[in-house]
Amino acid sequence: MKFEKKDILGIKELTVDEINLILETAESFLEISTREIKKVPTMRGKSVINLFYEASTRTRTSFEIAGKRLSADTINISASTSSVVKGETLIDTARNLEAMNPDVIVIRHSAAGAPHMLAKLLRQSIINAGDGAHEHPTQALLDMMTIKEKKGRIAGLKVAIVGDIMHSRVARSNIYGLSKMGAKVVLAGPATMLPRNIEQMGVVVHTNLEDAIIDADVVMMLRIQLERQNQSIFPSLREYSQHYCLNRTNIQLAKKDVIVMHPGPINRGVEISPDIADDPSCSVILDQVNNGVAVRMALLYLLTGGNE
Amino acid sequence: MKLLLTGARVIDPSQKMDVAADVLLENGKIAGIAPELVKTINSKYPGKVKAIDLSGMIVVPGLIDMHTHLREPGFEYKETIASGSAAAVAGGFTSVACMPNSSPINDNRSITEFIKRKAAQAALTNIYPIGAISKDSAGSQLTEFWDLKEAGIVALSDDGKPVMDAALMRRALEYAFSLGLPVISHCEDINLFGGGLMNEGYYSTILGLRGVPSIAEEAMVARDILIAEFTKTSVHVAHVSTAGSVRLIREAKKRGLQVTAETAPHYFTLTDESLQSYDTNFKVNPPLRGIDDLTAIKEGLADGTLDAIACDHAPHGRTDKEVEFEYAACGISGLETSLGLSLQLIRDGVLSWPELIAKMSTNPARILNLPKGTLKAGADGDITVIDPQIQWTVDVKAFRSRGKNSPFHGREMQGRAVLTIVGGEIKYDGR
Repeated sequence: MKFEKKDILGIKELTVDEINLILETAESFLEISTREIKKVPTMRGKSVINLFYEASTRTRTSFEIAGKRLSADTINISASTSSVVKGETLIDTARNLEAMNPDVIVIRHSAAGAPHMLAKLLRQSIINAGDGAHEHPTQALLDMMTIKEKKGRIAGLKVAIVGDIMHSRVARSNIYGLSKMGAKVVLAGPATMLPRNIEQMGVVVHTNLEDAIIDADVVMMLRIQLERQNQSIFPSLREYSQHYCLNRTNIQLAKKDVIVMHPGPINRGVEISPDIADDPSCSVILDQVNNGVAVRMALLYLLTGGNE
Repeated sequence: MKLLLTGARVIDPSQKMDVAADVLLENGKIAGIAPELVKTINSKYPGKVKAIDLSGMIVVPGLIDMHTHLREPGFEYKETIASGSAAAVAGGFTSVACMPNSSPINDNRSITEFIKRKAAQAALTNIYPIGAISKDSAGSQLTEFWDLKEAGIVALSDDGKPVMDAALMRRALEYAFSLGLPVISHCEDINLFGGGLMNEGYYSTILGLRGVPSIAEEAMVARDILIAEFTKTSVHVAHVSTAGSVRLIREAKKRGLQVTAETAPHYFTLTDESLQSYDTNFKVNPPLRGIDDLTAIKEGLADGTLDAIACDHAPHGRTDKEVEFEYAACGISGLETSLGLSLQLIRDGVLSWPELIAKMSTNPARILNLPKGTLKAGADGDITVIDPQIQWTVDVKAFRSRGKNSPFHGREMQGRAVLTIVGGEIKYDGR
């Protein structure tokens, strides 16, 4: 199957066949990262710009390593959003980068829709590495890859996503992706963190953790942004962690072979108790990171016509 | 020279007129309306009458947009009084009222006088300045209403910003009412607004954009109705966008309160579904709402709850719009599409011709106490001639406005102004 998309802007735009192709390609790349020489020449002579307007360690490093393992030249640009507001516009920055002829531009931006603006404007492939509270497609793809790896399938599984759904691009991308792949998605979070009409996305919504994780095959905990306390989204971390932290007790409600995921970075003791996060019998958090490199390799490869 | 408009259908809601007749203009005023005037006038004043055949056209009192932003002084790259009034006549408007959020804000006599002077020099339409309610529209201290009135303002508003302090709003309504000045309220509870970017609902959820709940508007509509009732004054609600606001205003009117309201064409034409492309031309405040709101706006227009259609003309430069959605300025350059979009209401059976013209001319004149919006003999010769059949396509490149920010670019329209006459003079001829 030829991959037809110019850009990866969101999971919303991907078909089931496209998701399967990406996951299968990623699976075939996993092995490269285990070699002694972790490099293949597939993207030699191609260049990838990582344009990050928001702080990121995991995602940016993951994209950089993905590019390098495929022998692409990777360039990282960190810009603060504030300088964009005051100085050069995103469009001007993008046009300048375009003029230098990269093959792929990976962008993370705090403003939802910023990658879409570039995709319309530029001839290069754009990969959305997270835009505001909108989508984070590569995270959802690596999550789906991890679920498939651990469970052998996605269809028919019950996946609970817990935490600040309102501000989470990870949640939105996973809702689209997991629903398309046939999983049953259940959400839980304080009422103030559940965006309006979210049930129209085809999910079941709860305001307490226990209701959501009963018989779950997968529990995905979302990061709490500590600054939300000041916006009166929730009263305190103390209260949040008492009711929404996944721990040894409440995890008993889930299936025996439940896997626990987190997009990182974890606030230990807030979203997940440390003993669960570090328990290799259920926590797959580091597998997610490992699969992230493979998924990003797969996307770079497919977007630059690797499978043609 | 006398001007004789012949063969058109003449609609004047101010005198419940809807007839086939000829209209005579003389010395800048309406001199008379009667069938077949053309047969007698020429022989009476040989060589002194310029007759224009308007068969198939509709002649109405000059349209009035009571809510525009002309951007001058301060934001001349977005619009000037000259360019804004050129856009106005091209859109069929003979009068516009301009909001005070220029830079500096029109909160004192000298700015009002500047606008009046610029208008006298360069404007193709009548320009009616609206003064700020509070100094710098900061919401803490009243401006000098009396002085502003003497300088020529026709209403007061902090448009663009709500008056959050209810006590200040109470004082504004009381003081303004004693001076006969209407107060136009931009209803938006700033805390509920919460820096929102689009209507709060399913689409804001999937797009990950902060939502503006409908209650941000409705809470203040309710508050202002209560203040007007308690103080026995009047209030005009600007750019109504939600079903809840329509319901509140309908109930207030039923109870006999002096509440009037306007909506804008985009609120009965578009919904928040359009924002899925993140196209900043759809970003407007209040935001485009849901389909239930759109339906309620049409019902409010049909049953008279909403008195006026005003386009909230908000021209912007490319630099204001060609940025991330979050940072983009709000607003639509609307003067040149307002009539075309509103005519759809007639075809949809929402309004009759006289009802639409009332909302775009007679009612705004009444709300702002302007001696306009009528074709009565002796009235100012402000006339809009509409071709109801003409098919055209919106092209922002052809806009006279400096603001090319329109979500309607490329839209197929039926009907537009083809002749705009201000004070007896033809200021726009698009035939």
